[in-house]
Amino acid sequence: MSTRARLVMFLLAAAVVAAFFSAACAHLPPFATPDHPYGERAVAAALERRTANVVSAVNFDIRAFDTLGEESILFGTVLGATLLLRRARDERHRRPVAERVMPTTRLFATLLLPVTLAVGVYTVAHGQLSPGGGFQGGVVLATALHLAYVAADYRALQKVRPLVVLDVADSLAAASYTLVGLAGLITGGAFLQNVLPLGTFNTITSGGTVPVLNATVGVEVACGLICLLAHFLDQAVEFTGPDQYEKTGDR
Amino acid sequence: MGTWVFLAAGWVLLTALFGLVTSRNLIHAIGCLTVAQSSTYLLLLAVGYRRGATAPVYSDLTPGTRPVVDPVVQALALTDVVVGATVTALLLALTIQLHKRHHTVDPQSLTGLKG
Repeated sequence: MSTRARLVMFLLAAAVVAAFFSAACAHLPPFATPDHPYGERAVAAALERRTANVVSAVNFDIRAFDTLGEESILFGTVLGATLLLRRARDERHRRPVAERVMPTTRLFATLLLPVTLAVGVYTVAHGQLSPGGGFQGGVVLATALHLAYVAADYRALQKVRPLVVLDVADSLAAASYTLVGLAGLITGGAFLQNVLPLGTFNTITSGGTVPVLNATVGVEVACGLICLLAHFLDQAVEFTGPDQYEKTGDR
Repeated sequence: MGTWVFLAAGWVLLTALFGLVTSRNLIHAIGCLTVAQSSTYLLLLAVGYRRGATAPVYSDLTPGTRPVVDPVVQALALTDVVVGATVTALLLALTIQLHKRHHTVDPQSLTGLKG
């Protein structure tokens, strides 16, 4: 199909979508309406379960089963990327070389690495209390580790990143979410039911299973993301294809 | 404001789809897909907004004193972000493989099948 024909087809389709979407928007409840029946019920349910962060309560208590699916998607992506980005038969493994880093960059990243790690752990641990949670904190933790790559080079990153351990931790965290759900099935009668004591409102142990599920997701996201990025970085830094290593003069 | 906020989400979606249709580079196309997905965040957050409301977090807020925005759509937006990130990661991995085997990232020059 020519570029022009494709564009004409798109514009026709876009006009139809725009017309239907605008008509649908006109029938939505008005913007900034004070009336949110589901939101109010979610807030009431979260306060009843003594979880201060209602978004976490929705994710790890009311919709905990959905979050299991969400977490499985993430786990599946790590598996998929591992499969897609493995070393092909005609590729060689190249030892990463030391790179020069500006001293200011090195200082900045070295200072920020422990701070970012602490922020990540805080965000995961306080997921049921303050804004944040397992998904967000996990991403911060994975980012923190990659500051080693910014501060030094790929070899420094490899030292702070035991991939085998992280792979196993990723799988264990993914599995323990289901195990917490099974605990609900055994003691309470429903899968992923909140069975632990609810604790005092606005303390780190409040919310029953919410902080536990939150922590498993935090570990899974952090480990999964580091493994995922490791495969991408391997492609860029370590692997050389048959046409590439003639150019660089390796071997 | 009225319905303009919702319509903005549709505009972002159509702009991203235009980029996707006319793209000559798969990395650019994946970027367009990410923009298309962010239109859903815009729609979700617009649906959940309440005038004068704050975040649905009661760590330093006495329940009942202030209205809060809808936490259900915020949780949905979070799910959306996670799914979007995973889709982007897998598509980028596929693009790397494609570049290795066919030495191109232009979708229009991918014509024949190759084992």
